[in-house]
Amino acid sequence: MIRRILIANRGEIAVRIIRTAQALGIETVLAVSKADRESLGARMADRALCIGPARPSESYLRVETIVQAALGAGCDAIHPGYGFLSERAALAQMCEDEGVIFIGPTAAQIEAVGDKLRARAEAIAADVPVVPGGPVESPAEAQTLAAQIGAPLLIKAVGGGGGRGMKLVERLEDLAATMDMASAEAGAAFGDARVYLERYVAQGRHVEVQVLGDGRGTVIHLGERDCSVQRRYQKLVEETPAPHLPEAIRAQMHEAAVRFAARLDYRGAGTVEFLYDVARNQFYFLEMNARIQVEHPVTEMVTGVDLVAEQIAIANGEGLRLKQADVRIDGAAIEARINAEDPARDFMPSPGTVAAARWPEGDGIRVDTHIVDGASIPPFYDSMIAKVIAHGPDRDAALSRLKGALGETRIEGVSTNLAFQADILADPDFAHGGVDTGFLARRAER
Amino acid sequence: MSLTARDVEEIMKLLEASTFDRLALEVDGMKLELERGGGGTARPRPARSAAPAAAASPPPAAAPKPRASTEAGLLEVRSPLLGIFYRAPKPGEPPFVEVGSKVAPDTVIGIVEVMKLMNSVPAGVSGEVVEILGRNGELAEHDELLLLVRPEAG
Repeated sequence: MIRRILIANRGEIAVRIIRTAQALGIETVLAVSKADRESLGARMADRALCIGPARPSESYLRVETIVQAALGAGCDAIHPGYGFLSERAALAQMCEDEGVIFIGPTAAQIEAVGDKLRARAEAIAADVPVVPGGPVESPAEAQTLAAQIGAPLLIKAVGGGGGRGMKLVERLEDLAATMDMASAEAGAAFGDARVYLERYVAQGRHVEVQVLGDGRGTVIHLGERDCSVQRRYQKLVEETPAPHLPEAIRAQMHEAAVRFAARLDYRGAGTVEFLYDVARNQFYFLEMNARIQVEHPVTEMVTGVDLVAEQIAIANGEGLRLKQADVRIDGAAIEARINAEDPARDFMPSPGTVAAARWPEGDGIRVDTHIVDGASIPPFYDSMIAKVIAHGPDRDAALSRLKGALGETRIEGVSTNLAFQADILADPDFAHGGVDTGFLARRAER
Repeated sequence: MSLTARDVEEIMKLLEASTFDRLALEVDGMKLELERGGGGTARPRPARSAAPAAAASPPPAAAPKPRASTEAGLLEVRSPLLGIFYRAPKPGEPPFVEVGSKVAPDTVIGIVEVMKLMNSVPAGVSGEVVEILGRNGELAEHDELLLLVRPEAG
């Protein structure tokens, strides 16, 4: 039985995990850097342990320090949150070796989905559609494959991700030169010069499926999330259900995600990401995220399932407490990420001290944040400071509630993207629903 | 099911072969607590509560010891890392420093263990040790106050 959890994360997700742990009667120990000692999470946890200096490489990213902190504080489990060490097989492995429960998948599963080429091979083996393309080792191989895929196409770094390490080839005659550059850059940036080619989808939507697996081959899904509103590959608005997605595609995606995770005997909460090719009405596997995701609350709002509680139950060996038939989608939910950044200055991060914060309340409104009056936003970490989520009986109701909620939100002392987010929600294309990932870039050009 | 003497012997062997120093087991109302080592420098670790979390369980471990010295101008020696603090090179050996010891910046005052990796902690300052706050064998946080040193006059 898990009695005491070490939370190896910070910010809003640390607070989020502490809340569920407290509701379950589980003690929490929060690992904090020197910069986060006074954070809301540090005050809420039963104990906060300073694990190192502010810089993540000297604190939140230190596998040995995290495991030592868990052992030294008598924790039986570690929750890694998202980002930081959540998808480092080394942490899961050290937990396995030391007899500490890792609240997440096995080290082997993290490795299987962490390598893009391997994940793609797993998808093919699970009969999950992938974007036409593949790995290339020589210029000759690249030419042959490129001719099959057709232009435009993308050259992607095997070690990249989140939009990093990608190059667009619009004409096949540019392939050789672009590939040399992509490979050299990948080697320098990721320590791995391997690249692969992929069909470029001009109009695509990012749709992902939330899954839960018991680690023994049983997997259920909790619907999908549309995360197409992205700025430079950073998600800004996420929602469920994905609007105007053909029902047949939606069902096929759910089934494909379950097949993919089941084949790995996936354990815990995970997300299978797909690219929906609007013009071709096809979807392709992108990757699997082996962790709880930032945007998980929209799923929780429509299903009523506490995903962190399910993660803990699975880690505890209780298996899946829900059957697929128990999962009901009630209405729609939309989330807006609030970042401490200045849209007027090219979205420069805006760290500092929050003089005052007023968060919205009301029917169907949820706010996940660690920001209270006087909270400090250190410059060392991600600029996301809150997620405002609205739920309603349908998308229009959720959208209208979210607009009202953002209107009520006040954050003083730092710049935020609140007004930028309000503009997105007011956009007629967004209001109609089903925008593609190029939506924000096109808006910026207008 | 209850534990026989033979079971206990088996469990002791398991503990001996493991990397753990302490084991607490509760079976059918019978409670077994084993600790490795004995003799020498004890390595007390915060005991995991065997009671359900709902019961009033002890805090997840001791909070850092508050400093007792009120003398002004003392220099602080803090833990560079989070880990288990040891005052002596090995169990049973004399501590690196005691109250009254003279230290120089490169004098080792203790060890911080992070997952079996031993990191020596230099004093970083010169003077005479007036108070030792770091507790042997316990978890020290990053930046936790370990020693207070009176600077050399002059």
